[in-house]
Amino acid sequence: MTDFPEKTRNLRPNELTIAEAARLLRAREVTVRELWDACAAAAQEKNPLLHAFLEIFDADEAAIAAAQRRIDTEGADAPLLCGIPLAVKDNILIDGKIASAASRMLENYRATYDATVIRKLRQAGALFVGRTNMDEFALGGSTEHSAFGVTKNPHDVTRVAGGTSGGSAAAVSAHMAIAGLGTDTGGSVRNPASFCGVVGLKPTYGAVSRSGVIAAASSFDQVGPIAKSVADARILLDAIRGRDPMDSTSIPDELYPRRSEGIKTVGIPARFLAEGIDADMLERFRTTIQSLGYAVKDIDIPSAKPALAAYYIINFAEVSANLARFDGIRYGRSVRGETLLDDYLRSRTEGFGRETKRRIVLGTFVLSSGYIDAYYRKAHAARAALRREYEQAFESVDIIATPTMPTPAFTIGAKADPLSLYLEDVFTVTANLTGMPAISVPMGTLPREGKPLPIGIHFTVPHQAEERLFTAGAAVEKLRTA
Amino acid sequence: MATKEEVKKLAALARISVDEAELEAFTREFDAIVAYVGQLESLEIALDGRAEKPALYNVLRDDERPHEARAYTEKIAEQFPARKGDALSVKQIISHD
Repeated sequence: MTDFPEKTRNLRPNELTIAEAARLLRAREVTVRELWDACAAAAQEKNPLLHAFLEIFDADEAAIAAAQRRIDTEGADAPLLCGIPLAVKDNILIDGKIASAASRMLENYRATYDATVIRKLRQAGALFVGRTNMDEFALGGSTEHSAFGVTKNPHDVTRVAGGTSGGSAAAVSAHMAIAGLGTDTGGSVRNPASFCGVVGLKPTYGAVSRSGVIAAASSFDQVGPIAKSVADARILLDAIRGRDPMDSTSIPDELYPRRSEGIKTVGIPARFLAEGIDADMLERFRTTIQSLGYAVKDIDIPSAKPALAAYYIINFAEVSANLARFDGIRYGRSVRGETLLDDYLRSRTEGFGRETKRRIVLGTFVLSSGYIDAYYRKAHAARAALRREYEQAFESVDIIATPTMPTPAFTIGAKADPLSLYLEDVFTVTANLTGMPAISVPMGTLPREGKPLPIGIHFTVPHQAEERLFTAGAAVEKLRTA
Repeated sequence: MATKEEVKKLAALARISVDEAELEAFTREFDAIVAYVGQLESLEIALDGRAEKPALYNVLRDDERPHEARAYTEKIAEQFPARKGDALSVKQIISHD
């Protein structure tokens, strides 16, 4: 369950990548049914230990049959995702299924429509294994803040899978699904991808529709693929991307200037990497960069460090505003008291978990009269400065690299202090602040307490230059199989 | 330093109550986080117009029927915590006495 297979011959169907499975499906070496059964069986077998899924769906016989027919009749013309079983984060709506965002608030909420990304995946013939565990309302970084229990890391079950899309990353890493979807607000796709040894992509802000995705912090949120290979992440992105009339923040292709996919120079923000990273992580990062053979340029992003504070201020503010809709009146948990105010208070107090409440209260604070200039408006100014610095850096480099996380996966419970957990996001939040796309690709393992734990390398590029991320990601993969 | 009373007041504004037993730890954590994000205060960044103005514009749709009438009514009404037919039943907030 660790490395990427070079040969597909001896693999069980659930261990395949999308690209491999698509090929074997067309070669009649595996059927959609066999692929589904292998994933579903692995999910059923491993879920009691890993708790990656909050719910494993029954087989959708009609969808399985339709996918097989399509492969039989359309062959190479059938979409690559046709018949591919995917894991879906629990904040993405699937018509008729519960979408709880891992919260007691929405424990019994049933989606009334498909999210646009789900509609697109259905049209491509994809299948859904189940809905995956996450930090409640995508607030956290370890899936320890799920109202329904923590997801375990498949590489060491005493450790976290990362978060907030920890369930999807663990499910893909443990071959309970061929690939999956997460959402990324401050690193929530890339962080668990790094901890679980899979690929995680946060697309350009607006590249993927958020219609039908439960909002956390709207100026950051993006849906992103979690996959076993860079090629698979690209297949998923191609399937879900595009402007959507149902999401007015989604952007047309080529809104930003077109960029070449080639890479000559990689920028390393050396000063930003000077502290807070495990020594062997930094060493592995350096040797990986050297092996890639790009020209290396030291760049300075002065706002990168204060960016984490700015990120959290904006996150709190937007979370408190977005979660104001949960009032116990129209849907979700509803607890009735004496007065209407009691209804609100009791529904929200019982429905939200501790971290969610904390962020709502912090958001209320940073937006309150008297503090909004010092916190929220200052954070916006810092965000704009950061974006200018990145744009400037991209005048002299093609891509910017850091480790994805300062450390490998930590032990469950080790970051009980909320601030220490926030600090883990230092390298991932910048892409959410700038809106630029970013990817985490496995760069091997580091030993911790006798166990090899996966780590990721992180690349950022200008808006809508995802092609460059795929170029760099594929180069890292090649190092590992060479 | 925030007091427990201040945290309680903020929570009340957000329509949340924090358990008395949890309030002390909650306040301590709140303080540590506010102190951390407060480092921005010392940052020399002008609150200039360029930073303040977001690149946003209004997106309008044609005023037409987006879908068949009642296509979603039953599904949405099923989510109501309390319903009378298709009506969402809530507490009476205007009294007559």
